[in-house]
Amino acid sequence: MAGHDYRSWGRYPAATPAEVHRPVTREHAIAGRASSMLAYGNGRSYGDSCLNHDGTLLAMRSLDRFIAFDPASGLLECEAGVLLGDILALVIPQGWFLPVTPGTQFVSVGGAIANDVHGKNHHRAGTFGRHVRSLELCRSDGSHLVCTPDDNADWFAATVGGLGLTGAITRASIALRRIQGAFMDVESRRFGHLDDFFALSAESNDDYEYTVAWVDCTARGTRLGRGWFMRANHRPALGQSPDPGRRSGPTFPFVTPVSMINRFTLKPLNTLYYYRSIKNRSRTNQHYQPFFYPLDGIAHWNRAYGPRGFVQYQCVVPHDDGRAAITELLDRIAAANAGSFLSVLKIFGDVPSPGMLSFPRPGVTLALDFPNPGPRTFALLDALDQVVMAAGGAVYPAKDARMSAAAFDRYFPDWRAFCAYVDPAFNSDFWRRVTDHDTDPNQDRPT
Amino acid sequence: MRKLLIVGATSTIAEHTARRFAADGDALFLVGRNDTRLAAIAEDLRVRGAAQVATHVMDADDLSAHGPMLDAAEAELGGLDTVLVAYGTLPDQTACQADPSAAVAAWHTNAVSVVALLTDVANRFERRGGGLIAAISSVAGDRGRASNYVYGSAKAGLNAFLDGLRHRLFARGVQVLSIRPGMVDTPMTADFDKGPLFAQPDKVAGDIHKAICRRRAVLYTPGFWRLIMTVITCLPRAVFHRSKL
Ligand SMILES: Cc1cc2nc3c(=O)[nH]c(=O)nc-3n(C[C@H](O)[C@H](O)[C@H](O)COP(=O)(O)OP(=O)(O)OC[C@H]3O[C@@H](n4cnc5c(N)ncnc54)[C@H](O)[C@@H]3O)c2cc1C
Repeated sequence: MAGHDYRSWGRYPAATPAEVHRPVTREHAIAGRASSMLAYGNGRSYGDSCLNHDGTLLAMRSLDRFIAFDPASGLLECEAGVLLGDILALVIPQGWFLPVTPGTQFVSVGGAIANDVHGKNHHRAGTFGRHVRSLELCRSDGSHLVCTPDDNADWFAATVGGLGLTGAITRASIALRRIQGAFMDVESRRFGHLDDFFALSAESNDDYEYTVAWVDCTARGTRLGRGWFMRANHRPALGQSPDPGRRSGPTFPFVTPVSMINRFTLKPLNTLYYYRSIKNRSRTNQHYQPFFYPLDGIAHWNRAYGPRGFVQYQCVVPHDDGRAAITELLDRIAAANAGSFLSVLKIFGDVPSPGMLSFPRPGVTLALDFPNPGPRTFALLDALDQVVMAAGGAVYPAKDARMSAAAFDRYFPDWRAFCAYVDPAFNSDFWRRVTDHDTDPNQDRPT
Repeated sequence: MRKLLIVGATSTIAEHTARRFAADGDALFLVGRNDTRLAAIAEDLRVRGAAQVATHVMDADDLSAHGPMLDAAEAELGGLDTVLVAYGTLPDQTACQADPSAAVAAWHTNAVSVVALLTDVANRFERRGGGLIAAISSVAGDRGRASNYVYGSAKAGLNAFLDGLRHRLFARGVQVLSIRPGMVDTPMTADFDKGPLFAQPDKVAGDIHKAICRRRAVLYTPGFWRLIMTVITCLPRAVFHRSKL
């Protein structure tokens, strides 16, 4: 109900734009703005990649119109501020689904492109950007550049996964995926150790379009990496699809005074989840919403992390050493008694990402939240970075609020070439941080 | 299927309301001042399922343009059964106090032109013996207040006009809806600090859609404004004059 506050999802770090411009038309997306701009989608990035302290935010959500949809081919064209959830509401009744969706549907098309987001079907479908047929980029020199994988292909590659730095995306066309109904065939299996996760992933690769695992990040030793493995396919239609009741769930009403996820609740919550069912295995017919968007049912759940917010850490490590690296990461997190209620593990496949700076690459990805960012957390995350760097992996900018310039350089060596495509009038807090090789990254952190 | 005319279709509230009707599969005739914006909205409404969308450029301040616009809408949609007036300006109160012509201009857009337009619409609907007229007014019309009485008084005039129209047309089966939103987070209020009373346009649009479908007479949106305005209108003058509203 209240007017918008332009924060990131982790509510950390704090940043205040000097000005917010809400474009009314695609033609005037960045009209008259001269310096330090950044497009802001729906603020579902965790850290500072969608923030621009003391600069201008272009609040792209106001460009939320559809442009064309062909129900025969599944090609959808829309403005960049349209939310993925609005697309689903429109196209599911007509037999189509998003080709790739992240774990929340409250993400804008522009944001999905700028972070080249991935979903539980990465091993099959690759990233969101793979399915973008064209996009229009609005630059501060007044040009409107239409980019496709073939025309202005270099600009396309720079903009997909380009963290909003190449200009403002005003429109895009996306190739959707056919479905027959709104329901999913979901199988959940409890597994006792990280090795089982790898075995289940390998076994599910060919037969299941979607795979993901929740792991107990507090377990160590012989239980390390235990959790639940979920695999699913779209169901062939069975009768009518009922109204999912989108956006009608409860709202987390206020920012709790301290994080509800802390070192006292962490272990019990994870253990509870691991033993949530007496059966080791279940097969259900589930509506797509709880399957894809388990957290969207509670609006503003990020408030449960208290006023200091939280940081997320998502990394990928290549297959070869993946097992060893993930073991070490999980071990360090458990030893530090840190980490989240439920961490996520998933195998990325080898479908290449089209973006120069895209995060997904073949390997194993681990994602988890850390409440109350503070010196202990940052020291731990820096240690995790050492493991990821040594393994030749990367950390996801969309989830980051603290990686050092040196780490970014190791994770995304193409960034120097990418700089040629950065719009001179665009910048973000993230970009200033990771390209500033002169200052000590620790100096601005809370103590 | 409704045959719906929206005057002021590029306003944020109107656009969000039109989406609801488009999803119902209605036919829409959109009127506004800006051709490119109308075109983008029309594209969107077609994708969302509208049976038909046509656009028409008109400045509502030009009273002579109303009749031809209504003729065009009727011709394009093959008749009309619902009219939503959604345009308006939020004048700068200080400027209106300093300059009589600014005050009159605000009245012309927010009251006089709507009276002209709806008089024509009312006569057409009366002849056909049916239809629904809805106009976006404001909670500001419920009591004149120092901070925005030029705008508020124009809306008060509009409210009384709509009440009378409803009374007159009742016997002919024509419904008249007076829509009174509170503060809404739109470009019109871009320069305001958004407190907790600000509503999102989509919420207001949902309420308007529902009120039109249910043929209601007066809509406060969001609903809590009915209570707030009851309190404000009941405040004794001695108390009211000491307040900063
Ligand atoms: C609960 C939850 C689950 C998530 N799960 C996943 C997941 O499974 N996989 C995954 O990949 N991500 C996931 N994310 C992260 C999220 O998908 C990304 O951060 C996404 O990019 C956010 O989009 P947004 O529209 O909110 O954009 P913002 O967060 O507002 O912005 C993201 C970036 O996009 C840029 N941008 C936004 N709009 C435009 C535009 N029009 N033109 C140019 N640049 C633009 C911004 O500048 C910024 O760099 C999750 C986030 C949450 C909160």
